[in-house]
Amino acid sequence: MNWYAIKAIYLSELHRSWRTPLQSIASPVLSTSLYFIVFGSAIGSAMTEIGGVSYGAFIIPGLIMLMVLTETTSNASFGIYMPKWSGAIYEVLSAPVSAFEIVVGYVGAAATKSIILAMLILLTAKLFVDYSILHPLWMMLFLVLTCITFSMLGFILGVVADGFEKLQVIPLMVVTPLAFLGGTFYSISMLPEFWQKVTLFNPVVYLVSGFRWSFYGTADVSLTFSLMMITAFLIMFMMFIWWIFKTGYKVKV
Amino acid sequence: MENHIIDVRNLSKQYPSGFQALKQVNLQIKRGEIFALLGPNGAGKTTLISIICGLVNVGEGQVLVGGYDVVKQYRQARKQIGLVPQELAIDVFAFVWDTMVFSRGVFGKPRDDAYLEEILRALSLWDKRRAKIQFLSGGMKRRVLIAKALAHEPEVLFLDEPTAGVDVELRRDMWRLVEKLRQRGTTIILTTHYIEEAEEIADRIGIINHGEILLVDNKQDLMKKLGRKQLILQLQHPITQLPGELNGFVLHIGQDGKTLTYDYVDNQPTNHVTEVLAAIHRSGIELSDVQTKQSTLEQIFVSLLEESK
Ligand SMILES: Nc1ncnc2c1ncn2[C@@H]1O[C@H](COP(=O)(O)OP(=O)(O)OP(=O)(O)O)[C@@H](O)[C@H]1O
Ligand SMILES: [Mg+2]
Repeated sequence: MNWYAIKAIYLSELHRSWRTPLQSIASPVLSTSLYFIVFGSAIGSAMTEIGGVSYGAFIIPGLIMLMVLTETTSNASFGIYMPKWSGAIYEVLSAPVSAFEIVVGYVGAAATKSIILAMLILLTAKLFVDYSILHPLWMMLFLVLTCITFSMLGFILGVVADGFEKLQVIPLMVVTPLAFLGGTFYSISMLPEFWQKVTLFNPVVYLVSGFRWSFYGTADVSLTFSLMMITAFLIMFMMFIWWIFKTGYKVKV
Repeated sequence: MENHIIDVRNLSKQYPSGFQALKQVNLQIKRGEIFALLGPNGAGKTTLISIICGLVNVGEGQVLVGGYDVVKQYRQARKQIGLVPQELAIDVFAFVWDTMVFSRGVFGKPRDDAYLEEILRALSLWDKRRAKIQFLSGGMKRRVLIAKALAHEPEVLFLDEPTAGVDVELRRDMWRLVEKLRQRGTTIILTTHYIEEAEEIADRIGIINHGEILLVDNKQDLMKKLGRKQLILQLQHPITQLPGELNGFVLHIGQDGKTLTYDYVDNQPTNHVTEVLAAIHRSGIELSDVQTKQSTLEQIFVSLLEESK
C-alpha cells in the first residue's frame, strides 16, 4: 500500500476546498438557512406535525440528504474531472499508485468534505429549530455510507464525462430531482396511493427514510430495507469503478 | 544492477483510432547517460515516453525500467521515473510548495522539506514557493513541472520537449541542472525537434520518425558515420565552367564563380579528396583558400528522413 500517496491525494483534495471557502462552506450554509426560513418557518408554521415531529424538525434529515447528495456528487466529480481536463492527472497516473489507492484518496476526501458539510448544516439548523437525534450512531453510519456512495458516483461521473456539460447533467437532471422527490420535504404517506408506489422506485427515498429514522425513530420504509439499499448502491458503484480501472475505460488509451 | 535503465523490446502501439503510432520499437538506454530522442511532429516521441511512464497502455511488446516490467511491476518501475510533460499540465490554483509536497507524496516518499527546498533553489523557484501557480509566467510554470518531476528523487528523468517556449536563460539553467543530475547518476531522456540541442548535451541520440526508430548512436559516431563533409575551395580567379581535368568529379561552382565545393563522406571509398586536389593542381586553377565543413545534425537528420520515405 502506498500510504504516502493516499495521504497526498487526500490532503490535496481537502486543501482544494479551503481555497474556495465561499463555495464550499458559505453557499451550502446560506441555502440551508433559506430552506429553513421558507419551509421551516414560513410554510412550516401552517403545517401540522408529522408523526409527532414539528415540520421544521421533520425536514432537517431530508434537507441534509438533499444537500449532501447534490454537493457530494458535483464536488467529487469536479475533483477528478479538473485534473483530467487540465492534463495534470498525468502525475497521478504515472505515479506508483494502484487504482484502489487513487479511489481511496479522491473518494475519501470528497466523502470527508460532505460529512463536514452535513455537520455544518446540522449546526445551522439549530439556529432555526429545536431538534434532537435519537440514534446518533446510526445517524453517523447512514451519513458516512451515503457520503462515500455518492462520492463514488461523483468520481465515476468525473472519469466518464468528456465535457463540463456532461459533468453537470447527472447531478442536475438526476440527483437533484430524485432528492427532491425522495421525501425530503414530506412524508411519503402524504402522497396519493399511486404515487406512493411510484416513489418506492426512487432510491433516495430509502436514504432519507433511514436517515430520518435515526433522528426521530419514524420511517416511511423499514430500516433494514434502507440499509440494504444504501449498501447495494455502495457495492454497485464500487464495482463500476473497479470495471473502469480494469478496462482503462476513459482513463488510458 | 541492470545495465540498462530503460529497455524497450519490440514495442508497437496502435491507438484506438486505428493509428499505428509505434512500430516494433527497440531501445536501450544506459544508466547515467543523457539520451536525446529526435524526431519531427507526430513521430511518436510522446507516445513512447507515455508508455514507459504508464500513461498510455503498452500495445505489443515489453518495457522494463531498471529491470522491472512497467505493467506487471508498475510500482517498482514508476518509482524510478520522473516525467516533465510536453504540455504545461498543472493545477494552476495550487501553490508551488503544496504541489511539490503532493508530488513527493504521491510517488510514495516521506516528506523531506530540505530536499524540496534544494530543488526549488536549483530552479530559482524558492522565492516563488508561496505563489499561486496561476500567477507564474509560462517559463516559471515549466520550472515548477521540472521541480515536481524531481521531487521524489527519480533515477531517470524524462523531459518531453523541455525547451519549447523557453528563453535562453531558462535553457541555460536547465542544462546546468541536467549536468548536475548527471553527475549524481541520474539518467536523462529528452525529446526535441532542435538538433543543436541534442548535439549540445546528449551522449547518444536516437532518431525516430513515423513510429520507427531509424537510428541510435553515440553523438560522435553518428556525426562521423553520417557526417557528410564539404570541401570548399576559394579560387583566385572566377570560373564559369569546370576544366576538363575535373570531369568525373561532382563539383559545384559557386554563384560568383569563385568557389568550388565538393561533398564527401569521411572513411568512405567514395572519398576522393586527394584526387580532386590533384586534378585541381593539374588544371592550373589557383586557390586562395581551402576549407572543410562538417554537416550538422540538422543535415544528417534531413537526409535520414529522406531516406526513410
Ligand atoms: N490518443 C491518441 N489517439 C490517436 N492518435 C494519437 C493519440 N495520441 C497521439 N496520436 C497520434 O500519434 C502520433 C504520434 O504522436 P506523438 O504525440 O507521440 O508525437 P510526437 O513525436 O510527440 O510529436 P510532437 O513533436 O508534435 O510532440 C501522431 O500522429 C498523433 O496524432
Ligand atoms: Mg510530443
